[in-house]
Amino acid sequence: MAPALTIAGLSVFYGRRAILENLSVPALTGGSVTALIGPNGAGKTTLLRALAGLVPATGSIRLDDVELTRLTIAGHARFVTYMPQALPQRVALTVFEATLSALMSSREGGLSGGGLSSGEAQARALRTLERLGIGDLAMRGLDELSGGQRQLASLAQSIVREPTVLLLDEPTSALDIHHQMRVMQLVEELARERSIIVVIVLHDIAQAARFARRIVVLEQGRIAADGSPGEAITPETLARVYRVEARVERCARGFLQVIVDRAV
Amino acid sequence: MTGPSPRTATLPAYAHRLRRRVAILLGLGALMLVALLFDIATGPSNLPLNDVITGILNPAGLDGPGRVIIWDVRLPYALMAVLVGAALALAGAEMQTILNNPLASPFTLGVSSAASFGAALALVLGASLPFIPAGWNLPAFAFLFAFGSVLLLQALAGLRGTGVETLVLFGIALVFTFNALVALIQFVASQEALQQLVFWSMGSLSRATWQKLGVLALVTALTTPFALHASWRMTALRLGEDRARSFGISVARLRFFSLLRVSLLAATSVAFVGTIGFIGLVAPHIARMLVGEDHRFFLPASMLAGAAIMSLASVASKTLVPGALLPVGIVTALIGVPFFMALIFTRRERL
Repeated sequence: MAPALTIAGLSVFYGRRAILENLSVPALTGGSVTALIGPNGAGKTTLLRALAGLVPATGSIRLDDVELTRLTIAGHARFVTYMPQALPQRVALTVFEATLSALMSSREGGLSGGGLSSGEAQARALRTLERLGIGDLAMRGLDELSGGQRQLASLAQSIVREPTVLLLDEPTSALDIHHQMRVMQLVEELARERSIIVVIVLHDIAQAARFARRIVVLEQGRIAADGSPGEAITPETLARVYRVEARVERCARGFLQVIVDRAV
Repeated sequence: MTGPSPRTATLPAYAHRLRRRVAILLGLGALMLVALLFDIATGPSNLPLNDVITGILNPAGLDGPGRVIIWDVRLPYALMAVLVGAALALAGAEMQTILNNPLASPFTLGVSSAASFGAALALVLGASLPFIPAGWNLPAFAFLFAFGSVLLLQALAGLRGTGVETLVLFGIALVFTFNALVALIQFVASQEALQQLVFWSMGSLSRATWQKLGVLALVTALTTPFALHASWRMTALRLGEDRARSFGISVARLRFFSLLRVSLLAATSVAFVGTIGFIGLVAPHIARMLVGEDHRFFLPASMLAGAAIMSLASVASKTLVPGALLPVGIVTALIGVPFFMALIFTRRERL
């Protein structure tokens, strides 16, 4: 059965200020992509980090029968992997080594992926790189890669851990159209193949509508809309949340198109 | 998929790379040993290399003065150089990773300055500690302050919301604070105390004894295995702090124990030989160029490179000015800076 992630009454505070306030999201199920959209400062990254256990949060995050908020950072890592927006700057590691370190660093601490031998880890790292179509880049240094290749290498470090929940923070924002599509197609395929719960922060609303089965719109730490692309993306929501006048139309192939006319 | 499958190519290529790194480690080790032998052989009374080797392997086979020179003078100095080089390099390598800053080293983040202040207190103001023998008073003070400075960094790291940039800035603030305090003490110091203090802060191996050597060897032997045990976690940390945490690594814990090791290594080294800059900064950079940042190789390569450089600097300190023994701290900086600049520029061209 596909896993399900349910958020109930989730709040995150920085000092006194609430970044997320009493947020509830009904079950996100494995096998399809959920897009998280909203204006700058709406709390999208904070929500991902809270789901990954990287910021202290109150409320409940349930993955099937497991209450994630009660787990340690190592416990989280057994189920959830978070891919930050910022990629490392200058690192003298190859793509293969970086992928390997995603497995070996926690094995050493006796956490997840337990009992994986060095040979098994290497084989798994390589399988992951090949699955993402970057097997030929394995021995290249991370800082020799183009932006798109680096993003794929970063995705490999997440996927290799075989997570149940994959959290991606704007993985396409710095990429050209080809790489945007390639990353999104891969993410969608992986979600389907491995029944992963994918939550992805996107800036491009049309892209969110194209790839996500479900869209959650955040506004100032609250849920502004939640549903299928057709339900969540409406001219009214866009006007309220993004303060733009926009039209939402279906193209000939049935995908939603958002045409933004002006800021209001 | 056409052509040779990456799978058939990558794993052998990786295995080959690992073998090459082991070879580089062995090469660095050999370089260190050669430098060590030369270090033992050079001095006011020159000893031929064969005498040095027989004198070490078979002390009974050497005449009285030769044995005294080798075993009581040259060997402690030379071994101290190697150990201090390795310890400072390991401290620097760990700091650069943990603080995610290529400029981090015990010297640049205030550890050495704090030690100088401790030494100044002992030398000039005659401060003393209970239960510490007179000869160990100065190193004990230097150690306390060096250790304390890293604990301060540590305490700051423990505060919620403190980023690594803040830590680095705080370290730099420590450098200036302690330098000012040392200058203040120098201002009120007597002529004689001032001279001693200046000489101490230059960094010299001539204070080496077998006991001090033993203490530093013990500290290095105790900390190195823990550092190596954390090597995969530190490698993953290079991919970013959030990334590493999402792999299940408790970065706060990793940082705490790493800084603890750094403080022990740096404080002990600086307490015994005074301020020696640059080794902790340069050796990790050289190691990184040679073996990359897989910390299983990066940490030992840093240690071996640091040991070899320090040993070569010790040889240079005895031979640069004929008849004079320069403080080795001066030599490491004088030779280290141009060497380092050359490395940086040649590397820039290749990128």
